[in-house]
Amino acid sequence: MKFGIDWLKEWVPVAMPTAQLCDQLTAAGLEVDAVEPSAPAIAGVVVSHMLEAQPHPNADSLAICRVDAGQNGPLTIVCGAPNVRAGGCFPLATVGARLPDGTKVRRAKLRGCVSEGMLCSEAELGLGDDAGDLMALAEDLPAGADIRAALALNDTTVTLDLTPNRGDCLSLRGLAREVAVLNDLAVAAPPCAPVPATVEAALPVTVENEAGCPRYLGRVLVGVDVGRRAPLWLRERLRRCGLRSIDPVVDVTNYVMLELGQPMHAFDLGTLAGGIVVRNGRAGEELTLLDGKTIAVDEQVLLIADHERPVAMAGVMGGAGTGVTGNTRDVFLESAFFAPQTVAASARRFGKHSDAAHRYERGVDPQLPALAMERATALLLEIVGGQAGPVVAAAGDAHLPAAPVVQLRRSRLDALVGEAIPTGKVTRIFEQLGLAPKVAGAGEKMVWTITCPSHRFDLEREEDLVEEVLRIHGYDAIASRVPSAKLALGSQPAKRVPTIKLADCLAALGYAEAVTLSFVDPAVAAVLDPAAKPARVVNPISSEHAAMRTTMLPGLVAALRANLAHQADRVRLFEIGQCFRPGTDGDSGSVGGGSLQAVLRCGGILFGPRERASWAQERADVDFFDVKGDVERLCGLGGAEVGFAAEIEDPVLHPGQAALVTLGGAAAGRLGRLHPAVAGALSLPWDVFVFELDVEAISVATPPRHRAVSPQPAVRRDLALVVDEAVPADRIEAVLRRALGNLLAALTVFDVYAGPGVDAGHKSVAIGLTLQHPSRTLEDRVVNRQIAEAVACLETELGAQLRH
Amino acid sequence: MDADAEGIERAALAAIREAASEQALQAARVAYVGKKGSLTALLKGLAALPKPERPAAGARINAAKQRIIAAAEARAADLEAAARAEDLAAQTVDVTLPGRARQGGSLHPITQTFRRIEAIFECAGYAVIDGPEVEDDYHNFEALNIPADHPARAMHDTLYLDNGALLRTHTSPVQVRVMARQPPPIRVICPGRVYRKDDLDASHSPMFHQVEGLVVDEGISFADLKGTVVDFVHRFFERDLGVRFRPSYFPFTEPSAEVDVECVHCGGGGCQTCGRTGWTEVLGCGLVHPNVLAKAGIDSERFTGFAFGFGVDRFATLYFEIDDMRLLFENDQRFLAQFR
Repeated sequence: MKFGIDWLKEWVPVAMPTAQLCDQLTAAGLEVDAVEPSAPAIAGVVVSHMLEAQPHPNADSLAICRVDAGQNGPLTIVCGAPNVRAGGCFPLATVGARLPDGTKVRRAKLRGCVSEGMLCSEAELGLGDDAGDLMALAEDLPAGADIRAALALNDTTVTLDLTPNRGDCLSLRGLAREVAVLNDLAVAAPPCAPVPATVEAALPVTVENEAGCPRYLGRVLVGVDVGRRAPLWLRERLRRCGLRSIDPVVDVTNYVMLELGQPMHAFDLGTLAGGIVVRNGRAGEELTLLDGKTIAVDEQVLLIADHERPVAMAGVMGGAGTGVTGNTRDVFLESAFFAPQTVAASARRFGKHSDAAHRYERGVDPQLPALAMERATALLLEIVGGQAGPVVAAAGDAHLPAAPVVQLRRSRLDALVGEAIPTGKVTRIFEQLGLAPKVAGAGEKMVWTITCPSHRFDLEREEDLVEEVLRIHGYDAIASRVPSAKLALGSQPAKRVPTIKLADCLAALGYAEAVTLSFVDPAVAAVLDPAAKPARVVNPISSEHAAMRTTMLPGLVAALRANLAHQADRVRLFEIGQCFRPGTDGDSGSVGGGSLQAVLRCGGILFGPRERASWAQERADVDFFDVKGDVERLCGLGGAEVGFAAEIEDPVLHPGQAALVTLGGAAAGRLGRLHPAVAGALSLPWDVFVFELDVEAISVATPPRHRAVSPQPAVRRDLALVVDEAVPADRIEAVLRRALGNLLAALTVFDVYAGPGVDAGHKSVAIGLTLQHPSRTLEDRVVNRQIAEAVACLETELGAQLRH
Repeated sequence: MDADAEGIERAALAAIREAASEQALQAARVAYVGKKGSLTALLKGLAALPKPERPAAGARINAAKQRIIAAAEARAADLEAAARAEDLAAQTVDVTLPGRARQGGSLHPITQTFRRIEAIFECAGYAVIDGPEVEDDYHNFEALNIPADHPARAMHDTLYLDNGALLRTHTSPVQVRVMARQPPPIRVICPGRVYRKDDLDASHSPMFHQVEGLVVDEGISFADLKGTVVDFVHRFFERDLGVRFRPSYFPFTEPSAEVDVECVHCGGGGCQTCGRTGWTEVLGCGLVHPNVLAKAGIDSERFTGFAFGFGVDRFATLYFEIDDMRLLFENDQRFLAQFR
């Protein structure tokens, strides 16, 4: 809601400075969003009376005007506007004047004639849309008067960000009521006497859906002259409220809406067939609205129809073809009360959030239509002439919202507020708000009973009254305290790795944490998870944000790309977040119609050198074993056994550099190099490594338990084994572990070699073994026998040979 | 003979003093006090002296010998120390070169802000509860007293999914889930991602972060809400910033309030960050609406509660002095690395 302060002051004589008034409104729950001058920056523009206008001798389209601008003698002004005429009164930008677009007006020679200033259109002054004609001013304004004073432009426009419960403040009348309460003043409403009918013209009105339209008032105005313009004062008020001037009839209905809060609609009577019927739509019916859009309506939509067709969507928007035009002679005015839910449903369904719908869905005072009808009639007769017929009212009051009677208990008020506000103060607040409080009982048992006025739709229950009391009393007047509670202890589950530990671990390993959007480009998603059918966003912010991520990769890849674009040569990022995978109905955590499973994932991406370039080490790019090392570390936080299997079918990863991660035997994620085809499709470098782990799976922790450390000396033996190059290291390890049993204290693979000295198709694997007996010193003899047995096993099971 | 001893001693001490190496020192030792050294020879010549003189002469020579040996030992120690010092000097490194430690990563400022917020509330026994980001209409709206076609729905530009679900527009649905499974007393905060149909610009994002707080117990009042919110703001910013409560409207709280905090940049004087108002809007809150309690099966006559919800991104940008919200989601490592 936007309004000029001057207009408000006509309704309520509030004298405080604007800044203070704004603070007061904000503190009462009517948040001031903006405060700005009502008029654009205009300086040096004065009222001028045109004495004469002669054609320019050298230009057909220009006139040489002599104007009285209150100076010693008349000024000569060259002007090209079509509406110059002697006796007219127009704004004159004198030499040195500044216009809103920054123009500084100078003495200028136009086709050989000097112009001592510039006559202005309303567009040039930033006061309207008309850029052709000069702005016509009231002819009784004194020549030479500054335009700012003459048009009262030194006003301030205030924009309120009103919450949906305060529809009653969407008018000057409502705001005045609120300001009056806050300052203990009286509202001075402008006179609004009933306008008697002078003709019998009327249009019959029938309401079929009384619940949707409990009250409908119509009135015919005949013989109007829509060629006239609404007066400047009215157009200025509209402008300061953010509305453009359209035509005199629409200007008046808009004015009444702003002034009283009642949305109105004016039809061209000549376009209506038979009469008005307020009814629901019928299957197959269509309605073309004022905005030019044609919609199909049905039984759910409340319409205004004539005897042939729908002519408006009730409370939302008028129809095209039945509105007032330049040819309109007779007008049918509508002033109605529509049920908030009915209008809200139509407006939401068709996306038509008009000023009328905005008010109706928040609740318009059901007592207002009659008053507004009289106000609009009086203004229209004054502006466009004509004669008014009688007001035709339809529908009964049975469906009007009943004025709720609500009780507030003293005890409840004190309990919810946390301190006692004096009874007299509370009663006074209710009185000021027009809630007609009745007090019964005393002390703890005291109860206020209030009757809600028809303009308040937000007072239904006790808590609403508590808020009214607090709001007017002032939230800041309530003392702060902290809650008291029973001191129950919390728990610290040891069998889970907290997610923050995972993040800390990755940060310690050199990864920067990323936060990427959960919706991703469907095209990228298709490359990075070709088998998935991601959930789609029905109304995405853009087509690149239309799919819900099924894996962490799209966001990480996008982040990698952004960093590469910034010339980063080394990227290491991780993110922990929810991925959304289509599941089956009945999955735990699934929501929505088709089920969707949200799983918490931890993903990482690596590219470039292992370490930042340094004097201390050779540059080496990351490889599979860097990622694997990090994943081992991460998955090892819970103490469970981490496994890696080459058996993984993953179209996104390099077939020879990918592994399935298992924890305690169960799949927990994957890691590897991006498949060259994927890297190519996404224009990424060839050597990008990724990992992605299921947070739930890797968060299982086994709290450590102590095992005795052997005091016996350890014996170290190294083996150099030659095996087929296809034999994986973990098989060698498995054989050794089994063969050496609990004598094996540690095993390390310290070299892998293929090349000269080793047969083609084979590799040499060097393994360091540490043997230790829990309770006695191992003799060489025992060690040698054990090692020989182990080597024999390696030979029979893996074809391994000792390298000589 | 005495004169000889004195002369030898002087010469020996000089030779020891001048010995520049272990070898030279050894040679001097041998030359004077070795088996064939000159002082040893003098000792051997004692026999030629008259018997009564022998003890005294012997004692003097032996004393000289001891002094020479002591001097040689001292010199040896000096030489060794010098050699060690030279060795150590040769092992000097340039201590100003960077260390070899692995480059550290960083936690996102949003995560750090979440942790800070969670820690503050956990100190007071609040439990931290997660909830689903993909929600249904019931939890996101209906259960929060926002029926279909309620004008308040216009305050949430909701993103919908093709399976009929929606992306939660706030973390408030988590309070519904908490109340559905836990009887009072309830003391929780619910952090998480939320979504709105907003374009990404300096102060908006289609995805952002909130923390919802909920306390339901006997005797909870607006004064408790005020105290908790003010306390939190002071502890988060570690400054006693001014906090003001303005009446507002949320369908799931009544009375409702919005909370402004004195601008952390200008301290209330007015600057660009706060739009020259001196205040920054940071939080919405109120007493839990009886309809919401009733839907969760909680007796609203016996139990009352308060709820609050705030934008973590807002707190993060204020705290870390980040002037553009887009930076939070660009994941530029040069930005992220600042939050070690």
